[in-house]
Amino acid sequence: MSKSHDHHHHGEGSELPDIALRVKSLESLLIEKGYVDPEALDVLIETYETKVGPRNGAAVVARSWLDEEFRKQLIEDASAAAGSLGFTGRQGEHLVALENTPDTHNMVVCTLCSCYPWPVLGLPPVWYKSAPYRSRAVADPRGVLEEFGVNMPDETAVRVWDSTAEIRYMVIPMRPEGTQDWSEEDLAQLVTRDSMIGTGLALTPDQLEAAKTP
Amino acid sequence: MNGVHDMGGMHGFGPIGVEPVEPVFHADWERSVYAVSSAIGPISDWTLDADRHSTESIPGPQYLNASYYEKWFISLCNMLVERGYVSAQELASGTSLGPAKKVGDVLKAEDVADYVSASGRSSRSTDTKPGFEIGQEIRTRNINPSGHTRLPRYARGHKGIIERIHGVHVFPDTNAHGQGEQPQWLYAVRFSAKELWGSNQPGRTDVFIDLWESYLEAA
Repeated sequence: MSKSHDHHHHGEGSELPDIALRVKSLESLLIEKGYVDPEALDVLIETYETKVGPRNGAAVVARSWLDEEFRKQLIEDASAAAGSLGFTGRQGEHLVALENTPDTHNMVVCTLCSCYPWPVLGLPPVWYKSAPYRSRAVADPRGVLEEFGVNMPDETAVRVWDSTAEIRYMVIPMRPEGTQDWSEEDLAQLVTRDSMIGTGLALTPDQLEAAKTP
Repeated sequence: MNGVHDMGGMHGFGPIGVEPVEPVFHADWERSVYAVSSAIGPISDWTLDADRHSTESIPGPQYLNASYYEKWFISLCNMLVERGYVSAQELASGTSLGPAKKVGDVLKAEDVADYVSASGRSSRSTDTKPGFEIGQEIRTRNINPSGHTRLPRYARGHKGIIERIHGVHVFPDTNAHGQGEQPQWLYAVRFSAKELWGSNQPGRTDVFIDLWESYLEAA
């Protein structure tokens, strides 16, 4: 009881230094025991901060918008298609691509934990792993979409995919209008992380322009 | 287990707080938790499913209050002590007090790229045939196991349609508890929102859930 009394006086943020110290202590213990190599830890962090992220998935989507053969392969075997662009590995072994159409909108969640297609999207954002999204995505997907600023008309069927196994889902958003002559590189800039989770749509050319303007 | 981790359909968690420009990690200790958990993978003697069960076994009030990487940290500490990698005293002091457990090759910096892009497929070969076919109507069993399961509470005892057959995959319900992989056919099953939540759903809405064969029976 005295512990909770102490905490009362620490105020906001008191938990953070505590966890930081405990993590540091665990890390040095594991290094001392010879279980982990500190240099490997740095490379792991760098990999997911700079190399593996939603730009990978955006490249996959942009290619599928331009290359019909690639699009077919992506629908048939998304792990192989993403792998052909160099995006393979942990948490993407059984990748399935879900294509949005004018009639159907797909959206992905993991109600039980935080399953997410790492090789194409990187590590998941906090909201994806949090109780509000996990609880409501399956029961009120249209309400959730509204919270993300997407008003889905009643005529559009909404399909929610709860990732309860090792299958990892990524959404292929619809290609925006007015992008007929765009290069693959430029198209990829329209593909947001949320559009590949299904809580957003691909940016329009105007939205991209606005996002670039400071 | 019927824990607070099984969140589908719950009310009362408030709005979804989206950070407009979110960093991959929010603090150095998050980076450390992520890296240490990943680096321990190659020398751990527990399965990913056991790891997930460890996280969902965090007592409910603590689970709900902890941030994502705090949960990883708690779960990792529990596994390391449980499996004899470190003692509780060592964990408390942060200093080694005895010999290390014998482990295989520790992950080196130059092997990280291969490790990250390596495959850990959960599919297994089989000479069996799937018990259900695409388009078939099924009903999920009403089971309430106290251990690890992937049949969420909100989808128990409901009618659905087999949408896809994913092949034969390791069964987490046994693999999490040292009872082996016992692979089974895995299906994506389609449930109408009306079936799961009642009739007040606007438009056509379906929920697809990946479910192992033993969760299902012919409707």
